[in-house]
Amino acid sequence: MSHRVFVCRCEDVTTHEIEDALDRGLSTVEEIKRYTGLGTGPCQGKECMCTLVGLLVSRGLADADAVQPFTARPPAEAVTFGALAAVPESPPEKGGAS
Amino acid sequence: MTVTNEMGSADAALPQRADVVIVGGGVMGLSTAYQLMRLSKGRLKVVVIERSYLVSGASGRNGGGVRMQWADRQNVELMMRSIDICKGLAQELGINTWFRQGGYLFLARTPQAEAQLERNAELHHHVGAPTRLLSPEAAREIVPQLDVTDVRVATYNPDDAVVFPWAFVWGYAAQAVKRGAVVRTHTSVERIEPEPGGRDGFALHLSTGESIEADTVINATGAWSVGLNRSLGIELPNHPHRHEIMSSEPLKPFLDPLVVDLACGLYFSQSTRGEIVAGVSMPSEGDDADPTEINLGSSMLFLGRLSRALCRVMPIARSLKVLRQWSGPYDVSPDGDAILGRTPGFPNLIQMCGFTGHGFMMAPVVGELVARNLVQGKDHPVLSRWSPGRFDDPSYTGRGETMIIG
Repeated sequence: MSHRVFVCRCEDVTTHEIEDALDRGLSTVEEIKRYTGLGTGPCQGKECMCTLVGLLVSRGLADADAVQPFTARPPAEAVTFGALAAVPESPPEKGGAS
Repeated sequence: MTVTNEMGSADAALPQRADVVIVGGGVMGLSTAYQLMRLSKGRLKVVVIERSYLVSGASGRNGGGVRMQWADRQNVELMMRSIDICKGLAQELGINTWFRQGGYLFLARTPQAEAQLERNAELHHHVGAPTRLLSPEAAREIVPQLDVTDVRVATYNPDDAVVFPWAFVWGYAAQAVKRGAVVRTHTSVERIEPEPGGRDGFALHLSTGESIEADTVINATGAWSVGLNRSLGIELPNHPHRHEIMSSEPLKPFLDPLVVDLACGLYFSQSTRGEIVAGVSMPSEGDDADPTEINLGSSMLFLGRLSRALCRVMPIARSLKVLRQWSGPYDVSPDGDAILGRTPGFPNLIQMCGFTGHGFMMAPVVGELVARNLVQGKDHPVLSRWSPGRFDDPSYTGRGETMIIG
């Protein structure tokens, strides 16, 4: 039986891979997302974020009161291209996530 | 646990002076740092300074397209070399670059676009790039899911490729550090000034309160380059432009090439991770604002326009779901050519910007040619053609690469 522990089930990111990223000197949520792919699958980090942040806090790499999740990307939930094709051409909206 | 900081860190120790300071830890700066260390056999003291984390800018936000299908001969030849480098890069950098040569398929719907693709195919044949002119039916043999109604002609180059961009950047960073470069993250250059005392070097003042001197400075900050140049009184005509992009839920591999519909600037490909990654041309709203401000917002307008274009050319996409959208800054040069080389008035400040959305794919070859120039004194035609000084020449009319997508 495998002893691998999956933190991000969407992108198959294991605790071992996160340890590897930490060993290489990466220490923030955004960096670890971009090194391992964690949180970029169908759940968009809703499952794995707490586990990752918990790990960072326990290692002293993040302050539990100040740490932020990575930037949330629209749409809030998955939407089909077919539905989005009905969005009207309108004046450019302002704002949105950055 | 031993932390090695092998891809740079916020507390990497800076020397008081370096031979070369590269401002900007994107793929362009890191590729150059790696090549400088490799070609100098570790002799040069090279420092990379990145304002945020690595891959935070355009290098971490692009679609990962790597193509040799250009309208200009020099761009075709440059990208043939870049793709050649990419082929061996996974082994060279010791990281999975997710490099996949599924080709690029361009679709033309207008007589003008048809003529463009015909000219491209002839040029590419002449240069030795394996681009083929295809009928719409033949294009459907490559991507059976396409609706080619109204498509007049297509071109396909099987050597064109996509990569997953993040790995490239980490790989270059790790190999640059391994060879002795210092990569300092989470530190911005607040001010740069000519070194006093008649030397041609520079002093760079950092957000941490530190400063560092350098014989040569490379501005590899892409869309952020305007602010850095202005701190020296340098005005170049490049400016940032927000480009939006998205990815879908992952699917089994079915789409080999990256497809471009020239009628609307739609491009889409399937990454090695299975998702469809796509963008489309948008009106250039916001470009006239302050060129030192980078706008990274996302819009519903983009999703609507993209979805209509994609469902038209690949109707099965209607039931596919969008997972995430984001944006990144193009660094737009007015003639479509990069701004590369020594700065007028500041010979030891090398500009490496203005890549107009194509910096990622060009970084492997540009890093190599700039490092060859600095280490071995080798010239390359683009160093004069893409010279920052060209805009000061009254006889310069601009050339205009016409195959700019997005």
